[in-house]
Amino acid sequence: MKISLTRRYRFAASHRLYSPKLSEAENRRVYGKCSNPYGHGHNYVVEVTLTGPVDPATGMVANLGELDPFVEREVIDVFDHKNLNEEVAEFQDGVPTAENLVRAIYRRLEKFPAARLDRVRVEETSNNSFELSRDEAQGHPAD
Amino acid sequence: MIRVTRKVEFSAAHFYHNPSLSPEENRRIFGKCNNPRGHGHNYVLEVTIAGEPDPTTGMVLDLKELKDILQREVVDRMDHRHLNYEVPELVGQIPTCESIAAVIWNLLAPKISQGKLDRVRVYESPDLFADCTSDGDASARGGRA
Repeated sequence: MKISLTRRYRFAASHRLYSPKLSEAENRRVYGKCSNPYGHGHNYVVEVTLTGPVDPATGMVANLGELDPFVEREVIDVFDHKNLNEEVAEFQDGVPTAENLVRAIYRRLEKFPAARLDRVRVEETSNNSFELSRDEAQGHPAD
Repeated sequence: MIRVTRKVEFSAAHFYHNPSLSPEENRRIFGKCNNPRGHGHNYVLEVTIAGEPDPTTGMVLDLKELKDILQREVVDRMDHRHLNYEVPELVGQIPTCESIAAVIWNLLAPKISQGKLDRVRVYESPDLFADCTSDGDASARGGRA
């Protein structure tokens, strides 16, 4: 039997999808209205899944008293009410698509010491979500 | 293989307290969940059964039968109950959603005769849930929840 725990968090941020490797016309073709130079924003939802043995003393895979402040420090403080292109280190040289965002968040959260990160899922809107699970993340070098 | 999920809700009271820890440790670890007067949640249970549809019925299992099993094994046992005191399977455990998911898995596994119990998901709130899966299935599915 395997037990996992999932917690959902929220942040709001602006971004612009634009690649300097592409021409202006190509950027418009590839990213459409997401390449508007003034940017736009989303209410993001981050779903964090942890696995590990349930501690018999607490009945928990991870104590939310530890997880919540960790996610707050590593993700919410970094991303919430920020411009992802201009204010987040990971996107100084990368396009802040939700695919890149979910990987950046995974890299930040895999340092959580008290349980094993199993999956991160990012909802950019209620219709679009992006996820990275442990097996897939391990197949890629750190960004 | 097809996965079929049935959802059911129950409301219950609980609190977190480990008698082998000091009152200070209980407060530190469990925070406001340690309030001995208890508090409650509207729990949502999602039970997923995996299997091949029967060629005659087109069904993995009879959902009416699953509904009856969930009513008997979970809702009748836990709905409008105090999980610390009134659910024998949880007495002596800290009734976290992890513990509740494991207890429900053990209650349901022997009762499922069509298909295979694939996942038990217990939502304590829309933003917090625990999944219980079998080890074999979990690794075969890349550990996804």
